[in-house]
Amino acid sequence: MSRSLAALIAGTIFGTGLSISGMTNPDVVLAFLTLDSTWDASLLLVMTSAVAVTAVGYLASAHRDAPLFDREFHLPARAGIDRRLLLGAVVFGAGWGLSGYCPGPAIVGALTLDPRALAFLPGFIAALLAFEGLPKPTAPQLDDA
Amino acid sequence: MIGIAAAWLWLSLGRIAGVSGIAAQALMKTRANAWPVLFVIGLGAGGWIGNAFRDAATIPHLGTLDVLMLITAGLLVGFGTRLGSGCTSGHGVCGSARLSKRSISATAMFIVVGMLTATLMHAS
Repeated sequence: MSRSLAALIAGTIFGTGLSISGMTNPDVVLAFLTLDSTWDASLLLVMTSAVAVTAVGYLASAHRDAPLFDREFHLPARAGIDRRLLLGAVVFGAGWGLSGYCPGPAIVGALTLDPRALAFLPGFIAALLAFEGLPKPTAPQLDDA
Repeated sequence: MIGIAAAWLWLSLGRIAGVSGIAAQALMKTRANAWPVLFVIGLGAGGWIGNAFRDAATIPHLGTLDVLMLITAGLLVGFGTRLGSGCTSGHGVCGSARLSKRSISATAMFIVVGMLTATLMHAS
């Protein structure tokens, strides 16, 4: 129960932050990704502030053995920079630059009935489901970032 | 707020606030865990809260983006984030915050490719 509530709170704050900062508007994201006279640094500012605050959270956990509502901290299982990581980032970057959507803003947008996000979501969900159905040569991926 | 949410998810549940991974887990019914589904519900609730603070004049519309392009982008983003084990939140925010070389490499890569694609497709 407390675990579910904690996740609901995290999602709500995350979604509010994405929305208020303008990141749920793909035009703002594309204004950062498109290098022309209308370039806009909003995404960079939002992202660096988020990284700084998150880093404080990670530092605060350094002397703890476990989070509040679980037995252990779950770090991503994969390590090292491999072809799979970089190829995935290339494919993702192409879709991001095409639409201005990454997963967070797309989900927030679709759940608030933004028509652009609703058009983006079917492909996104289909790809996630198709990926889960693929045979995996390397073991667990449940703790991926 | 994004940082606060990511820090809170780590300190309370010990989980990385990576939306692509959480979305994939929320879609999988085999996981007995309810937390990814609740995180996604929270994202929607947060969106509505954020909209309440915004100017009503900025009602979203399809704009210059066409539907076929959005569907294609959705496929690329879905597949790419699973193959690369993360997106803007997981690698870009959380991974960078814990100085993961892996995440910083992925972030640099998707920003560069994102900029190339967007500049080619959308530059005025």
